[in-house]
Amino acid sequence: MIEQPLDIKALELKADEIRIDIITMLTHAGSGHSAGPLGMADIFTALYFARLMNYNPKNPDWQERDRLVLSNGHINPVLYVTMAHAGYFPHSELKTLRQFGSRLQGHPERLRLPGLETTSGPLGSGMSQAAGMAYGLRMDNQKKPHIFCLTSDAEIQEGNYWEAVMFAGKNKLHNLCAIIDRNNIQIDGFTEDVMPLEPLSMKFQAFNWHVLEIDGHNFEEIASAVGQARAIFEKPTVIIAHTIPGKGVDFMENDWRWHGTPPGKSDIPGSPPVSDQAKVALEELRTLKGKIRSEHQ
Amino acid sequence: MNINKTQHLNPQLFQKDIEMQPIRKGFGEGLLEAGKADESIVALSADLTESTQMQPFAEAFPERFIEIGVAEQNLVTVGSGLAAVGKQPFVTSYAGFSPGRNWEQIRTTICLNDRNVKIVGSHAGVSVGPDGATHQMLEDIGLMRILPNMTVVVPADSIEAKKATLALAKTQSPAYLRLAREKTAIVLTDNSPFLIGKAQVLAEGSDVTIVACGPMVYEALVAAHSLTKHHVSCEVINCATIKPLDAETILQSAKKTGQVITAEEGQAAGGLGGAVAELLADKLPMPMHRIGVQDRFGQSGEVTQLWHEYGLDAHAIMQAAIKITNRGR
Repeated sequence: MIEQPLDIKALELKADEIRIDIITMLTHAGSGHSAGPLGMADIFTALYFARLMNYNPKNPDWQERDRLVLSNGHINPVLYVTMAHAGYFPHSELKTLRQFGSRLQGHPERLRLPGLETTSGPLGSGMSQAAGMAYGLRMDNQKKPHIFCLTSDAEIQEGNYWEAVMFAGKNKLHNLCAIIDRNNIQIDGFTEDVMPLEPLSMKFQAFNWHVLEIDGHNFEEIASAVGQARAIFEKPTVIIAHTIPGKGVDFMENDWRWHGTPPGKSDIPGSPPVSDQAKVALEELRTLKGKIRSEHQ
Repeated sequence: MNINKTQHLNPQLFQKDIEMQPIRKGFGEGLLEAGKADESIVALSADLTESTQMQPFAEAFPERFIEIGVAEQNLVTVGSGLAAVGKQPFVTSYAGFSPGRNWEQIRTTICLNDRNVKIVGSHAGVSVGPDGATHQMLEDIGLMRILPNMTVVVPADSIEAKKATLALAKTQSPAYLRLAREKTAIVLTDNSPFLIGKAQVLAEGSDVTIVACGPMVYEALVAAHSLTKHHVSCEVINCATIKPLDAETILQSAKKTGQVITAEEGQAAGGLGGAVAELLADKLPMPMHRIGVQDRFGQSGEVTQLWHEYGLDAHAIMQAAIKITNRGR
């Protein structure tokens, strides 16, 4: 059903392919978010191709599958590309992103695309849904499925988010694992300028969660953290994954101005001319520049 | 007017000592019964278990009762997640808070996401009484009925509330059930017909159609009864399902009488009155009058004082009927 998990070298190459597809599809769509999807490419690659999640593209409703709830719907380019690579739908469909009639809506819509676990976009409510799923599965004594809720860091500013964190902590939802994309940026700037989140790990500890902090670009750390999350039976687990927004494209990295912009649309100081942005980004990713590889050595 | 015998109305309907019960009580009984029949039903409370009448369910099925605390956004979104794994959640609070506070979550995670969650809003209308404007939800019918993929049910009494709860427990799509706090006259009996999406003609008449929902159904019947002395013949329709609206029944009656009054315990804009006005404007324009709160907030007081102040009782319906029927004469 599912191919053998990839080794680290192969995961690096897969993550790079996914980044190339993200840049290509965003350029083609002419709108959408760049920084978040690039930053989360390694985690998505690990979840699907290191087989950290149980899933079956041929039977998306398989009862025993793990659930990936994407709370920050705006990074859906990385989800769509990963799903295409995993075999949920034809790779050629990626170029329909955000177009009329496409199953790949601007923000994910469950009813349109098999394999999506929920509809999201408005921030801060994915964690509640994931907690509801975890609670319901535990009621039925279903031990296998694990619920992974992927959230951004800025959406932690939403009140609804903390209602869910409180609920999961109270109910000791050990089958729930939140993975936070801690990339420190949001639309209006850096999170700590807009509305500070730190000390983030202490906040989760105070709500009775098990907290792990990892380098979100290190496959071994990602795999180890997910393994721990599955093994802990007393609490829900949050993995605070420190990531570089725009990872893999020099001129996008750590620049909040690339949060909600696709290549080829905005003149952003320090970036190549608008007409060259996609080309430069793709060249960088295709050659790797030795960058992603070196970080795992 | 002539009482429609097929509706099996309460034989004590026009007696002074008519039996009264809170509409929400019928919900509590219905939920318990539905829970016995279907193990997938779960109940979620936002710190208002007793006043939303979920205590019987919570005591009978503690493992299927989930306390959320004072967190209405979490209430509906945890409900959405439970529905995603095959549960059938009834999520309850006061209407002012749910759907008052969590509309976007209902829109995105329940309606657009098509999750089978039943949202129960208790304490709707000014009849909440002494608690005042913050707790008297008047805009919920409008908020819910404009959402695609949402069913909206407003039962007339506790008997209908029980039937509605049992009927909703058998559907697989999102719904909103609106309940009132105070004791309301029992209009129907166990034998009265109930179907989601069907408006019932409780009394037949020829001069004016009164389309009512919730506690205003009883007020409409009392008004119609008194209007016979004024030689005004009223047709009274209990429109318990605001969405999908039973256009056929309403249009058929409107064609016959030529004028329509709506009556509800909420804003006259956007609710039942809005729905019927849209229907008539589209299909059969005619004189109409909407009984409801006229772009104001509620306030503290006793039910009778408040209904009088906001023009929500049988007297107000009578006045409207006399006025609208004189128009063509």
